[in-house]
Amino acid sequence: MDIQVKELIADEKQEYIINMGPQHPSTHGVLRLVVSLQGEIVKNIEPHIGYIHRGIEKMCESITYPQIIHLTDRMDYLSAHINNEAVCLTVEKALEVDITDRIKVIRTIMSELTRIQSHQLFWASYGMDLGGQTCFFYGLRDREKILDIFEETCGGRMLVSYNCPGGLMYDIHPNFQQRVKDFIKYFRKALPEYDTILTGNVIFRERSIGIGPLTLKDAVSYGVTGPSGRASGFSCDVRKHEPYSAYDRVNFNEVIYNEGDTYHRYLARIEEMRESMNIIEQLIDNIPEGSYAIKMKPIIKLPEGEYFQRVETARGELDVFIISDGNKNPFRLKFRSPNFVNLGVLNHISKGFKIADLVAIAGSLDFVIPDIDR
Amino acid sequence: MLPEIVAQNTSASQSVPWWKFFYDFSLLTQPVDVWLKGSVSPFWSTVIEMAIVGVLFLLFYAVVGLFLVYAERKVCAFIQNRLGPNRIGPFGIFQTVADLIKLLFKELIPIKNADSFLFNLAPFIVIIVNFMVLAAIPFSKGLHAIDFNIGIFYVIAVSSMSVVGVLLAGWSSNSKYSLIGAMRSGAQIVSYELSIGLAIITIVILAGSMQLSEIIEAQRTGWFIFKGHIPALIAFVIYIISSTAETNRGPFDMAEAESELTAGYHTEYSGIRFAFFYLAEYINMFIVASIAATLFLGGWMPFHVGSWDGFNRIMDFIPPFIWYIGKTFFIIWIIMLFKWTFPRLRIDQLLTLEWKYLLPINLLNVLIMAFIVLMGWHF
Amino acid sequence: MRSIIEYLREIVLGIWSLLKGMKVTSTYFFSPGKIVTQKYPENRKSLVMLERFKGEVVMPHNEKNEHKCTGCGICEINCPNGTIEIISKVIITEDGKKKKAIDKHIYRLGMCTFCALCVKTCPSNALAFSQKFEHAVFNRALLNKILNKPGSQLMKGVE
Ligand code: SF4
Ligand code: SF4
Repeated sequence: MDIQVKELIADEKQEYIINMGPQHPSTHGVLRLVVSLQGEIVKNIEPHIGYIHRGIEKMCESITYPQIIHLTDRMDYLSAHINNEAVCLTVEKALEVDITDRIKVIRTIMSELTRIQSHQLFWASYGMDLGGQTCFFYGLRDREKILDIFEETCGGRMLVSYNCPGGLMYDIHPNFQQRVKDFIKYFRKALPEYDTILTGNVIFRERSIGIGPLTLKDAVSYGVTGPSGRASGFSCDVRKHEPYSAYDRVNFNEVIYNEGDTYHRYLARIEEMRESMNIIEQLIDNIPEGSYAIKMKPIIKLPEGEYFQRVETARGELDVFIISDGNKNPFRLKFRSPNFVNLGVLNHISKGFKIADLVAIAGSLDFVIPDIDR
Repeated sequence: MLPEIVAQNTSASQSVPWWKFFYDFSLLTQPVDVWLKGSVSPFWSTVIEMAIVGVLFLLFYAVVGLFLVYAERKVCAFIQNRLGPNRIGPFGIFQTVADLIKLLFKELIPIKNADSFLFNLAPFIVIIVNFMVLAAIPFSKGLHAIDFNIGIFYVIAVSSMSVVGVLLAGWSSNSKYSLIGAMRSGAQIVSYELSIGLAIITIVILAGSMQLSEIIEAQRTGWFIFKGHIPALIAFVIYIISSTAETNRGPFDMAEAESELTAGYHTEYSGIRFAFFYLAEYINMFIVASIAATLFLGGWMPFHVGSWDGFNRIMDFIPPFIWYIGKTFFIIWIIMLFKWTFPRLRIDQLLTLEWKYLLPINLLNVLIMAFIVLMGWHF
Repeated sequence: MRSIIEYLREIVLGIWSLLKGMKVTSTYFFSPGKIVTQKYPENRKSLVMLERFKGEVVMPHNEKNEHKCTGCGICEINCPNGTIEIISKVIITEDGKKKKAIDKHIYRLGMCTFCALCVKTCPSNALAFSQKFEHAVFNRALLNKILNKPGSQLMKGVE
């Protein structure tokens, strides 16, 4: 509906419509939220998406499988490696290739590093959404260390493009293990600092405890996954339930809370960073020997059929669904992106709270807009 | 008109060495005053003195404003493990000057359907209020534009007028974000006035005077924060909190709240009008910090301990102006640290903090202070 | 009475948590050694990029101005976005045979997504990534580069 018409209707209902976005500091990208307010209280939110729609799914239909990888980098750019892995796993599943343990372990370590850097950025930007700008710089400062590890091994900092069907692009850099160990040592010390600055801060707790509660029932019926879903008690960690790569050989806890408010969504992410560090520590010292890539045919053709793979990105469950008609490019490729689904719950959980809370709730769901639009 | 603290030895003013001025500015201003009064009629001498003071304040305003913007950027950069501005001039000290020049050249964008008269007026109201408060601030011994006998009362009264500017800016710019920002700021400033007033009254009770020069003079034997011990300390904390809120600075920057309202009440302002708001914010911070320094830390009074004459004399060697600047910037630093450490409060929490915590504690504190003064339990 | 104690406890704990946060930030304020900013243009001389950094695609030439590209066009096929264009020519080798060779290896930096597929799939390892990252130019046309240097030849022994 036209915004003017909407305003007329809103006037009658004594509501006040503001447009948050597409250029707004707290929507983390080009998301537009049409918010109806009564005073400061949010009555209704209408998300408008599509400002950064690039038609990735359609583009995938005309390029080959190895080429798809570089597009998945650009969906959820904070979980780039995990997205790469999802497509590769699907293709490998379809071709029934057995990848070596070395590939599996390296992929797992890289995925967990990706998760940590994504949650670091979450912490940083969530702090900034709530007005503590210093958090942003501390978060980015620590994230830089992971990006350096990525750069050394993959050549890219954010858009790593490190996977390819059948393995990895290159072997890990000789410094990789040492650097990761250094980082974990450093970050184990830095994480309590995060807690002092934000988690324990009385203003932060007041701002986030009890805000935007999402019940387990709603989480399941809206399909909210990832840390946001787990904070509502929804046990949805793909790494636990359907282990892929090397997740079946590591011990880690699925972080589950039952409260489901923004504070616990935040806490779930902080705890996940700890779990990720545990996973990395279990794997980093014993990366098995073997080849880093299985030799594939120059032109990869999937046999006719439908293939499906779930992975756990930093924000929830990413599903890849490929229909192949036997050609070198997919007939149809569908991504179930966690952000798109998580966005759906925003209106439901932020009704009745204030604008400032809306920013906090949206921040705690941790969207990456390009992944919503694809 | 100029300084009303009469120095003891005005007659000897011709022969004082220049460095004495740093200890007592009335040695400099008194002869000028006497000379002017002698050479022109009283009316014109007052006009000329006012003009001189006005020009000095304008200069001071620009310099302090720009310096504070620079200082804030450096402080937040150091807190955040960054370098901050470092391109223009050594350590980037001319960065804010360059920014100001840039803002001067920027277009003043007219807003469609804005109430243009009020829109243009709003920044000036904020600035004028700033100047009016600055007039009553004792910068150093003898460096004091007006020394009212109700000085501190005047400061409270005038400084609360700045909310008018903010409200007008939000209302007239025909933007929804601005309006929300202005309304928030209205509620905020009106309620925090109360805390500031009560915290100041606590000190007025201890000092027994509202005249700023007398309040400072009363701290000759020790700053009030030490003299008044517990209640003065509580009043100090409350004053710092509520003055941070009153100047719309983080964590109380509800009116700007850039993650919610983009820039709050000055969203629609551009160019030099925006610069006015921006400078006014920093001068406001300077004002509340210098009031805090005056009331609690003795203003330009050096650090004195009761009857330790030798120690006090050593302290007197540091010019009062340095003391004043040092204390003021210490408090400014604390206020900056607040902003760069804490997340922002929500508007209802802000009001809860005021009415449920600060106000009751404050009222009780005034009572305790009155009791202590009555019993003579202060130092 | 209980509620008053609770009220005071709340205040004290709240202020304590704020002070702890301020301790962290002020510690950083007073430790300039922890500053992470790099002064970029000044440190250009000492700036070393990591060796795998994907700056741009280049074609390494040896000192005799020879490269390894045979002009097979595999990189062109593998590039997902048409960044590479191969223009080949027919040359006559010493023993009189006709042979396809590279004329121009056109690389449009502005379109490249640094996916590394060209470098990885090139059968004769003719391509590599350079660590140069200062790509800004005033004219977009300058981003279209020809990777084989003028007058360069195919390296001996590369088929
Ligand atoms: S660069 Fe490599 S892949 Fe491309 S044309 Fe030359 S030899 Fe073939
Ligand atoms: S890196 Fe990728 S996008 Fe760039 S030229 Fe090579 S194949 Fe094309």
